[in-house]
Amino acid sequence: MSDTLLEVKNLRKHFPIKGGIIGKQVGSVKAVDGVSFHIKKGETLGLVGESGCGKSTTGRLLMRLLEPTDGEIYFEDQDITRLSRKEMKSLRKEMQMIFQDPFASLNPRHTVERILSEPLIVQGIGSAEERKRKVREMLEVVGLSSYHAKRYPHQFSGGQRQRIGIARALMTRPKLIVADEPVSALDVSIQSQVLNLLQELQKEFDLTYLFIAHDLGVVRHISDRVGVMYLGHLVELTESERLYEGPLHPYTKALLSAVPIADPKAVRNEKEILTGDIPSPSNPPKGCPFHTRCPKAMDVCQSQSPKLQEVKPSHYVACHLYHDGELQ
Amino acid sequence: MRSKPVLEVKNLTTSFFTDEGTIPAVDNVSFHINKGEILGVVGESGCGKSVTSLSIMGLVPNPPGKIVSGEILLNGEDLTKLPKKRMRQIRGNDVAMIFQEPMTSLNPVYTIGNQLVEAVRLHQKMDKKQARNRAIEIMKLVGLPRAEELIDEYPHQLSGGMRQRVMIAMAMVCEPKLLIADEPTTALDVTIQAQILRLMKKLNENYQTAIMLITHDLGVVAEVCKRVIVMYAGKIVEEGDVESIYENPKHPYTIGLIKSVPDVNQKIDKLYSIPGNVPKPGSIKQGCAFAARCEFAMNRCFSENPPLLDSGQGQSVRCFLHETVEDVSYSV
Repeated sequence: MSDTLLEVKNLRKHFPIKGGIIGKQVGSVKAVDGVSFHIKKGETLGLVGESGCGKSTTGRLLMRLLEPTDGEIYFEDQDITRLSRKEMKSLRKEMQMIFQDPFASLNPRHTVERILSEPLIVQGIGSAEERKRKVREMLEVVGLSSYHAKRYPHQFSGGQRQRIGIARALMTRPKLIVADEPVSALDVSIQSQVLNLLQELQKEFDLTYLFIAHDLGVVRHISDRVGVMYLGHLVELTESERLYEGPLHPYTKALLSAVPIADPKAVRNEKEILTGDIPSPSNPPKGCPFHTRCPKAMDVCQSQSPKLQEVKPSHYVACHLYHDGELQ
Repeated sequence: MRSKPVLEVKNLTTSFFTDEGTIPAVDNVSFHINKGEILGVVGESGCGKSVTSLSIMGLVPNPPGKIVSGEILLNGEDLTKLPKKRMRQIRGNDVAMIFQEPMTSLNPVYTIGNQLVEAVRLHQKMDKKQARNRAIEIMKLVGLPRAEELIDEYPHQLSGGMRQRVMIAMAMVCEPKLLIADEPTTALDVTIQAQILRLMKKLNENYQTAIMLITHDLGVVAEVCKRVIVMYAGKIVEEGDVESIYENPKHPYTIGLIKSVPDVNQKIDKLYSIPGNVPKPGSIKQGCAFAARCEFAMNRCFSENPPLLDSGQGQSVRCFLHETVEDVSYSV
């Protein structure tokens, strides 16, 4: 267990839907519905899926920015779902988050210096003098200059703001960073700069990443292992090479073949294009959540929800096609 | 097979007049789109790709924006000189446009049917009944399920992919000669994106509608386009067949852009990245706009503006490196 930094068991988050005059609960949105995985120290776990699949909710649950409905989250063998607010606050210096939108996640009325010292003030780290020095050091680390400390967020471009967001996450020297779509708001040429920076920082500070994104190319590039989510369920989880070279779940296959390839000569197989839309998570289909769009759906898929099983060494799939570890 | 161009843009310059000075968002841009062709326009934010399309549609917000010079010829008719009334007849009928965000481009207080029927009746002499039937017909054509019911529903009842199909239906209802699609799939998930791209290709084949596809996604361009224009800071920096540009990109910016995209099909240790930031429009007054970020920049790149040079095989590039016919050799 010692090399596992984070373990999630059967995590659930159901958001209530209230209706009627007295606001009674009339249903629930099953944003995350029984997800289990672990992240080893120093590795990057990618989480991919389409909008509404619960990947961002999972990230927020890990930080306990949202309270889970059910399940356990072990951070260094300690169940953090049972911690009090105060205990959680001091634990947060070990786990930090990078957000998608570098425009919305920085306070426009604070200078960069203030933004970056905030986590230190909250955690009560260092004197004012030390904090100032740390801010300047960190700005250099993320590829900005120390004179940027006096500026305000609007004076920076999107890529530079994302660097500030990354610097803020690193200020408390965390072990785990949850990055929620950190590059999807950036232009292609800036996106690659930020991805490279994240990889350099991982080596330098010995970081563990949970990298949430919808772009499959980006996730492959940065992740050691990848989990694919669909409607609140983890449908496939394995090492990134295995997943991209030999996807097993029909959803992963369809997702990968839907990605446009930046090579006009690439062999164009007649694509398996999925029909229909993602069902609403407030009214998910019975049985396997994917059976309504699955080209290989069987009778059993409509009634029974498949469990995530190891069908090949360290390759987990939730699909009846691979039931009992037997490849069909 | 060379057919007559549907659209010819000649030396178009569209500037924005702001308190901080005149910003040429589109700077002396010339290109054409042939009948039945899909042309890709690629570039990062602020490169002028959207302003180009708004200029064609006559939708540049004025003030502060204005087409300063140049011609936009649609079947030989110069759109920049037309009176507003004639422009309104053309817009929607001969040229139609679909936008990135399908939610904000549909009116939330009218039903889908209302909005489609409006588009039909503005341009074609039909009574309400005929127009409604035409709307249902076009909805089926773009692959919307249960069109007869959907026509009486409101935009919020539809998913993102379905809304974008409604937008395409609205654009195609008069069978335009040119369809401008400004980042049509950027807001959509990959599986839905694949559906919409397939639909656009089908419409292009069946109706010979020329499409100008504006996107930042090089994968999308490779998938659907025949020819591509790469824009940077308001100028075209490279133009050519999709195959030759991806196979043999010539402009350092195009090379960098292609190398910056992480590939789903292979993993590399370190991504290539173009240093620096995308310049603010109008901030570079002299020399090549890309010089400050270019690894091959020479002294003259900072003082002189390179022209768009023909580099053979229907490819042209705006770079001093390709001034001589002999290819300057450097590794791709």
